[in-house]
Amino acid sequence: MKKIGNQSYSFDSPPTIVDCASIVGPKEAQGPLSKYFDLCIEDEFWGEKTWEKAESKIIKETVNTVIAKSGIPSAQIDCCFAGDLLNQCISSSFGLRELSIPFFGVFGACSAFVESMSLAAICTEAFAENTLCATSSHFCSAEKQFRFPLELGNQRPQSSQWTVTGAGSAILSKNGTGPYITMITPGKIVDMGIKDGNNMGAAMAPAFCDTLTTHFLDTGRNPSYYDAIISGDLGYVGKEIVLDIMSSKGYNIKSNYNDCGILIFDKLKQDTHSGGSGCGCCASVFSGYLFKELRARKMKKLLLIATGALMNSTSSQQGESIPGIAHAISIEI
Amino acid sequence: MNPLESKQTYQQYVDKKSPNSPIIKNCFNAFWVGGLICTIGQIISNICKERGFDIATSSTIVSIILIGISAFLTGLNLFNKIGKFAGAGSLIPITGFANSIVSPAMEYKSEGYVMGVGGKMFTVAGPVLVFGISASILVGIIYMIFATESITLV
Repeated sequence: MKKIGNQSYSFDSPPTIVDCASIVGPKEAQGPLSKYFDLCIEDEFWGEKTWEKAESKIIKETVNTVIAKSGIPSAQIDCCFAGDLLNQCISSSFGLRELSIPFFGVFGACSAFVESMSLAAICTEAFAENTLCATSSHFCSAEKQFRFPLELGNQRPQSSQWTVTGAGSAILSKNGTGPYITMITPGKIVDMGIKDGNNMGAAMAPAFCDTLTTHFLDTGRNPSYYDAIISGDLGYVGKEIVLDIMSSKGYNIKSNYNDCGILIFDKLKQDTHSGGSGCGCCASVFSGYLFKELRARKMKKLLLIATGALMNSTSSQQGESIPGIAHAISIEI
Repeated sequence: MNPLESKQTYQQYVDKKSPNSPIIKNCFNAFWVGGLICTIGQIISNICKERGFDIATSSTIVSIILIGISAFLTGLNLFNKIGKFAGAGSLIPITGFANSIVSPAMEYKSEGYVMGVGGKMFTVAGPVLVFGISASILVGIIYMIFATESITLV
């Protein structure tokens, strides 16, 4: 592994993404990507008593699915990285407590999936034969923790995003035939002073642009090198901001840039305002849709940049601004 | 222009870029739904008066019935849909107040009846109660100090 430029790293023997799995909720199942997911659950509880338990079950079953699909027994997986949005990451730790694989809990808000993939890739290069990463989010448990009770009759602002109910999981391996994780660009925290918790896209867009620009400068690549540049969950508001900022920096990414939060829902039919968000958004869209596109070789070079808003409900109430972060991984065949 | 020049320019840029709520549509819906709720209240009040109740008792009966309906609709997962459609129209009348107490009670039931339902029931309505009661005490004190024959609070 070697450092390129300021903050990018390339792998000497790039780890392969062996397989991915995703499970999503009922609303996501009505979205445009429904046919790509491994399982769509019928209701938000999925037979559990609480939303938190349901989220744990989603991540647990997603991990079981990916292990079954990959054919790699869990005893041969050296470590796993997982995260979610609930306080102290209980969904992933409760969901994976019976897994008996060495566990690293990861928090990067909605950037957790790519953060996990980066760390798993580093471990795979360094010592591990196989590694696993998984992240999840749940609309109901996230609303409960960050906003208002679900039954409260209020109106959501147009810039707000809809937390995805779902999880995605991937297994990385030292040996394989691709798709490979060839480079990573871990992001810096960028805070441009946005305080509106209902406008996460605007809070995270500067971090995304920072990581993307740094990636281009470090690697000497340009936007046209990639078949697709996909952000985690900036939504419609964030996407427009990104296009403006990047063009002011002299990069034209209009033709190959899109966002997981935009891809997962149908804005007009599903009333999701600015699009999807949450750790499960990037995770399920990558594991469900993008990975299959890579495997089918419809897409050969993908830059996946998951974005996160590093705040909690206390910091918002105390009037703090929202620091954003974005981690990038370059996935190639 | 680079929107990231400073925090201030970015905030201004974001304000311009973020979509606004459809304010005319929202106001219209709030107006007629709010009006409808108040009309229902008035009808109940008139029926009560017809049956021989005095004004104060009739008003209490109206409140009880509207709160009951609102709490019931909240439990059926319907009030949030009305609230999304009508906004302040369903939130400002007493129906909104009932909804703001019942919805956290339902949400936090998973944390038990004492610390969940009991402890979290007033998370949304709490500020309204605190400041509503404080304001009424303040007005009461002012009234007590300046109370003369000429001032009457209905």
